Amino acid sequence: MISAHLPALQVVIPLLAAPACVVIRQFTATWLLALSVSWISFFIALSLLWQTFHLGTISYSLGGWAAPWGIEYRVDVVNAFVLTIVSGISSVVLLYAKESIEQETHIKRIHLVYTGWLLCLTGLLGITITGDVFNVFVFLEISSLSSYLLVSLGPDRRALTAAFQYLVMGTIGATFILIGVGLLYMMTGTLNMADLAQRIPEVEHTTTVHAGFAFLVLGISLKAAVFPLHYWLPNAYTFAPSAVTAFLAGTATKVSIYLLLRFFFDIFSETFSLRTMRLDVILLILGVIAIFSMSLVAVYQQNVKRMLAYSSVAQVGYMVIGISLATATGLTAGIIHLFNHALMKGALFLALGCIVYRLNSVELKDLAGAGRRMPWTMAAFVVGGLSLIGVPATVGFISKWYLVLAALERDWWWLAFMIVASSLLAVLYIWRVVETAYFKAAPAGHIKEAPLSLLLPTWILVAANIYFGINAVDTVNFAKRAADQLLGVF
Amino acid sequence: MEHHIVLRVVAKLLIPIILLFALYVQFHGDYGPGGGFQAGVIFGAGFILYALIFGLQTTKQVISPSFVHGMSGAGVLLYAGVGVISLFRGGNYLDYSVLLSDPVHGQHLGIMLIELGVGITVAFVMVSLFYAFAGYRQIELRKQGSTKQNDVAQASDADPNGKRQ
Amino acid sequence: MSTIGLYNYWIVFFLMMSGLYVVIVSTNLIKKIIGLNIFQTSVFIFYISIGKVRGGTAPILADDITLYSNPLPHVLILTAIVVGVATTALGLALIVRIHTAFNSVDEEQIYTSKDSRD
Repeated sequence: MISAHLPALQVVIPLLAAPACVVIRQFTATWLLALSVSWISFFIALSLLWQTFHLGTISYSLGGWAAPWGIEYRVDVVNAFVLTIVSGISSVVLLYAKESIEQETHIKRIHLVYTGWLLCLTGLLGITITGDVFNVFVFLEISSLSSYLLVSLGPDRRALTAAFQYLVMGTIGATFILIGVGLLYMMTGTLNMADLAQRIPEVEHTTTVHAGFAFLVLGISLKAAVFPLHYWLPNAYTFAPSAVTAFLAGTATKVSIYLLLRFFFDIFSETFSLRTMRLDVILLILGVIAIFSMSLVAVYQQNVKRMLAYSSVAQVGYMVIGISLATATGLTAGIIHLFNHALMKGALFLALGCIVYRLNSVELKDLAGAGRRMPWTMAAFVVGGLSLIGVPATVGFISKWYLVLAALERDWWWLAFMIVASSLLAVLYIWRVVETAYFKAAPAGHIKEAPLSLLLPTWILVAANIYFGINAVDTVNFAKRAADQLLGVF
Repeated sequence: MEHHIVLRVVAKLLIPIILLFALYVQFHGDYGPGGGFQAGVIFGAGFILYALIFGLQTTKQVISPSFVHGMSGAGVLLYAGVGVISLFRGGNYLDYSVLLSDPVHGQHLGIMLIELGVGITVAFVMVSLFYAFAGYRQIELRKQGSTKQNDVAQASDADPNGKRQ
Repeated sequence: MSTIGLYNYWIVFFLMMSGLYVVIVSTNLIKKIIGLNIFQTSVFIFYISIGKVRGGTAPILADDITLYSNPLPHVLILTAIVVGVATTALGLALIVRIHTAFNSVDEEQIYTSKDSRD
């Protein structure tokens, strides 16, 4: 009986747990609650993924109101896959969060971190699962407001200004989405995604729909930090608590990219969004500029966390390139990079969190000799870095492989070349860290390896990087199926 | 505030009416304009008016901050709880029809409880926002010690942003 | 409909642009929040005005009413208003904490303070 209600429970369980955290207040208890809730959501997401893959799309009408009138939760392979990524990353990072958050956050505010975390998780899962465009806006704001809070709880006072910047940009983005939804509602009189998809072709040529589409794309791109709308991201990632950075880097931008996919291919047709509106060219150019310029900026950063943040913007560029190709392989590459990037950035930011825990700094110069003093942490960082570069036997390779394949399918040798060339920039910035950590003399003083409770989750993600890099059959299958579904082939 | 006798008398007259009106908006929301959001804001405004006239300390004695925080969580729990109850009674999440044996009465009860949850949360979130902003300055002053109180007041006067308030 | 007939959209357009202008131009963080509020308000008006049906009354259940305005956009925007209040509250709370940490609410002063440059 309960299995029929999994789509609702996916969102409701973290939503119920969040106010409970405010009531409990005791920091270990709230952590335990958040952890268990997150793992429950992860198992729900896995079972939804299994159900959608084998039994087909699930539709769940909230309050028993049938689809075009009531709010519908609609789970297909695409969003079940994203649900799994979001809840999975949250679960692993929460394992790690306890020690890290206790060190970086004032003890009175720890329960707020977990409240915010659960609300953010609710919002992200809600955006992904819902089949109603206004509901998307509501959940988007739930996740955004709580992530501003999470960023502002960082140890440095600049976390506050970073959070404020993020708030201003995020609100503009969300309001743009709201305008877009309003314009679409004006023309079609419906908010349900499937219903919109049916009604939009009739009015597709009108300026109102064009304007609505533009507002939506702009708003979602702002949230997804698509270059050049990434202004808020580097500061927010740099100054947030380490565990929060790992969580947001692995989930928030991914969910926005999912929304782009949903709007481009499901609600609007791909001929409209990519061909008529010429987004294929625009996104391709922006993506290529992103992977080069942002990787170059990353090379010159002195703060390793900020370096990885810029690299995140570059990685979003790869996903955008995959989408802009609009072929099955291109979309597969984009979707699989959602998953793979969550794994590698998760691992890298967790390794950085271990460094912060012991060295209390993420400046490059302070990392000197860390390779010998914290061998396990730095080894994790190196594997994560290799994955970011795209070395075979890591997940990064799988993403790049499919992306190059998609480029070659269109006979775009120059694009394939550029993708490979931009990976060399990743080699540069990862190498700077490796060089400092392994080949520079450590300053005096004894520094211990990070505690096991931090290392274990880090290595879970590192192991996942390698495992899914070698045995990519499952993930590629899911991504392919998701791409087919978006293109309407399946 | 002791001298503002007119304000105090008028406030004492008005506050019960404001709270009563909030309850009317809350429970008449099924038939006329109204509902949890509006009622919650009006209800919260009643307490905020009280705090403006009689001071923050007195209001904190009337409703303590921990109670306010607890209630704003409780409203959400009531909302989500109704949904969970309808799950257990065999309906979809938030399907009010299954709450009672008669679907029409079930819908009625359901929306009433949901709006009550919304109203409670909105009202107490308003009050807790007011507490947070109004109380912040006092915490700050206490931190800096009562001897420095004058300096702080002067500093805020010199602040170009303080002048425009 | 003529350009004048669409006056509600012109109002929305004007408010939206002035709000965005304030957000972009002012360096005072509180003014930024005010700009953000004006920007959001324009969207509220936009939603409310698209729900209007010419000649329709308020959507209240009564026997002799046949034509009434679309209540759905109003309900939607109620949610968005609440979101707006939450955003404003969070923004102002951040400003209060920024003021204690940096002793200023002016962006230029904050970003030129000692540790803000990387």
